[in-house]
Order: sequence, then structure tokens, then C-alpha cells
Amino acid sequence: MNTTRSILATFLLATTCAPALADDIQVAVAANFTAPMKEIAAAFEKETGHVVKAAYGSTGKFYAQIKNGAPFEALLSADNTTPTKLVEEGNAIAGTQFTYAVGSLVLWSSKPDFVDSDGAVLKSGDFNKVSIANPKTAPYGAAAIEVLTGLGLREEVQPKFVTGENIAQTFQFVSTGNADLGFVALSQIMEKGKVTGGSAWIIPGSMHERILQDAVVLSPGKDKPAVAALMEYLKGDEAQAIITSFGYEI
Amino acid sequence: MFLSDADLQSIWLTLRLAGVVTLILFVVGTPIAWWLAHTRSRLKGPVGAVVALPLVLPPSVLGFYLLVTMGPNGPVGQLTQALGIGVLPFTFWGLVVASVFYSLPFMVQPVQNAFEAIGDRPLEVAATLRASPLDTFFTVALPLAAPGFVTAGILTFAHTVGEFGVVLMIGGNIPGVTRVASVQIYDHVEAMEYGDAHRLAAVMLIFSFLVLLALYLWRPNQKNT
Repeated sequence: MNTTRSILATFLLATTCAPALADDIQVAVAANFTAPMKEIAAAFEKETGHVVKAAYGSTGKFYAQIKNGAPFEALLSADNTTPTKLVEEGNAIAGTQFTYAVGSLVLWSSKPDFVDSDGAVLKSGDFNKVSIANPKTAPYGAAAIEVLTGLGLREEVQPKFVTGENIAQTFQFVSTGNADLGFVALSQIMEKGKVTGGSAWIIPGSMHERILQDAVVLSPGKDKPAVAALMEYLKGDEAQAIITSFGYEI
Repeated sequence: MFLSDADLQSIWLTLRLAGVVTLILFVVGTPIAWWLAHTRSRLKGPVGAVVALPLVLPPSVLGFYLLVTMGPNGPVGQLTQALGIGVLPFTFWGLVVASVFYSLPFMVQPVQNAFEAIGDRPLEVAATLRASPLDTFFTVALPLAAPGFVTAGILTFAHTVGEFGVVLMIGGNIPGVTRVASVQIYDHVEAMEYGDAHRLAAVMLIFSFLVLLALYLWRPNQKNT
């Protein structure tokens, strides 16, 4: 009897006190930000004791889920239009939106020495397929179209497009070797400031509109200290160092 | 217009894919079903399990393995390249191959049940009347198992129409080539074109319901499956 009671007491103590100290945060994260977010979440958890429960996927899918009552408390979007839209429609908290990263686009191949340093391979036509994120839904895809249009190669290259539903699938098509080339996020092929494999052309930011990735607090995360803490942490030096090490600008 | 040209194109592609896959599976699935219905081999269990795998495997698993094995570095990809037909992902025939795996149990299991329901006696009787095994198969077994083939054909067709995960993994979303109706709906949802998504989704829903309704209304009238 005594042991049961003390176990019960401990349990009650643990469950009632814990939320005040450490909390769970449900956050939806754009697929291209997967790798840096994992590092940031680990560092944040270590520092604050809060637990980050992140879901990684496409911003369009998250938008649909949020509109239909998904319990996400914050969104790290792949663009800056979706957070604005969510604020306007009353699903996100006004005044909490900020740019956490500026994306860089690369033309990448999993084969070494396949992509040259200024993208001339696109002109040569010497490749089977170009993997691209759906330009209708993914800012990286839209930026890729802008680059091709600027180079005057859009018509020529279009028949070789294979479209990933988000930047993660686009990357998968190239990394499995099924597509020779792909327009992916620099963050996907970069670690600690270096391109990790294959060959890449880091496309100058001047060739497409800036890929502003905005974060916003969603309605379920309103007035939750842990969520606010994560947002602040994203703006801090440690998080920014991680973000830039994956090839993003800030 | 109720549906856009792109939607109609995706429906036409879906029907073409389902049609081709059903025809191929009649040819490929029937011998497997026959063998499973009659063998006393120890391999019956393992082969039956492999056939049933797509029923329990997530399409993402199947799609991922197909993407890797049919890719330029995978064994199937090496073979298709050696044969001079390139690699299969992102092509219509890539989807066909994937769907044949994916829909295999929907063909084999009803046909196998139909063969088993016939039992050995009609086949033995045919043999005593000096029918060759091939003759027995075509003039005795096939007609008796016909209802099972109808069920299998309808289920295979409908199941292939409803395929999503695998085509998303290996299709590459190319209009007219690999963008089937289910992927087109997903695309509409992702692009927040909810009106378009609703219309095409409703068409798919009504189609699926009618197919299954036809199957259930027809079923009580036959005994062999």
C-alpha cells in the first residue's frame, strides 16, 4: 500500500511539475530545412529541456493540415507567402512572422565532375532528366524555372523535367541516380560549409528571386512559453551559425 | 467544363495504365494461381507470402525499392540499360512494372480460390476421357473458374486506378506520362486548388463505389468463388 502510494505521489509530482519546466513543441518544418533543424532542435533541447517534435514535409501539405485543425504550434515554411496567408486567415499569430533563413539553389548531380561551376552542362543537353521541385508549390522549383528562363533554356530543358512533390523527393531522384541533374537546396548537399558529394553549381542568388523562408507561431502555440523560446532561439547566434553552415544566408 | 484538360489527361492515363496492368496480370497471375492451387511443394508458403506482400507493405517501401533497383545503379536498371531501353523510373512502362507488383495479390488470390473451388474431380474426369492437361485447363478449369477471373480482373483494375504511393515515388509527375489521377489530385491539394481537387476526387470516389457495387451485386449469383 505504501509503495503504491509513493509511486502514485512521484507520478503525480512528475506529471504536474514537468510542464512548468519542460514542454513538448509540435512544429511543422519545410523539408529543405530537415538537416539544420535536427541540429538546432538537439541544441535547443539541451539548453532548455523542452522537447521539439518536428514533422518534415512540404509547405502546401502543412497548410492544408493546419487549415483542418492539425495541432502544429509553429510552422517553419519554405516560403514567406504561406505564413502571411495563415496570419491573414486567422490560423497564425500576427507579429510572430520572421525570416529564419534565405535559401540557396544549386544544380546538383550525384556524379563527380558532371556539373561544371557555371552550369554549362544545361546547355550541352547531355543528360537524361532534370529533377525539379513542383514549381507550382515549391519556391525552390519556382526559382529553378526562373533560372532556366533567364538562361533562355526553359523550352529546351522542360521535356526532361521530372517533378518531385517537394525538395526532399527532388533530391531523392538525383541521389538514387535516376535523374542526372536536379535543382535542389544547397542545404541538402552541404554540411559544415562543404558540398558533401557529387558535383554542384551554386546558382548565384541574383539569378532568381530571394527564397525567403519564414517562420510563424500558429494558433495552438499562442502564449506558450516553450514555442516563444524556440522562435527566439532560431534568431540567436547558435542557431544562425548552424543555419549558415548548411549554406543558407540569413 | 467540369474537368480541365489536364484532369482528363490524367484520367485517360490512369485508365490506360490500369488496362495494361490488368491484361499483363491475367497472363502472369494465372499460372501462379494455378500452381499455388495445386502444388504440394514446400515452396507454396513462401511464394504465397511473396504474392501477398503488397497487401501489407506500405507503397512507400515498394516505391523506394523500385526506385533503387530500377535506377541506373540497381540490378534491374543495369539489365534494362544493357537491353538498350534505358531506365524505367519516370516512364509509363516503369509505372506498369510497379503496378504489376503492387496489384499482383488482387489477381492471384481470387483466381487461386476459384481454381481450388473446382477441386480435383472434374480434372480427373477429364483426364480419364483422355483430355490432355492443356486441353483440361482450357476447356474444363478456365470456364469453371470464369467468375473468379471476373472478380480478379475488376479488383486488379480498380486497385491499379487507386494507386498513389508507388507512382508518387517513381513517377516524377510528368503530364501525360506518369501523372495519374491520384497524383493530379495530390497536386491540386498541394497547390491549394481545392475546387479542382474536389471535382476530380469526386469522380474517383464515384467510380470506385460503382465498381465495387457492380461486383457485390453480381457476386451472390455465382457459386464458384
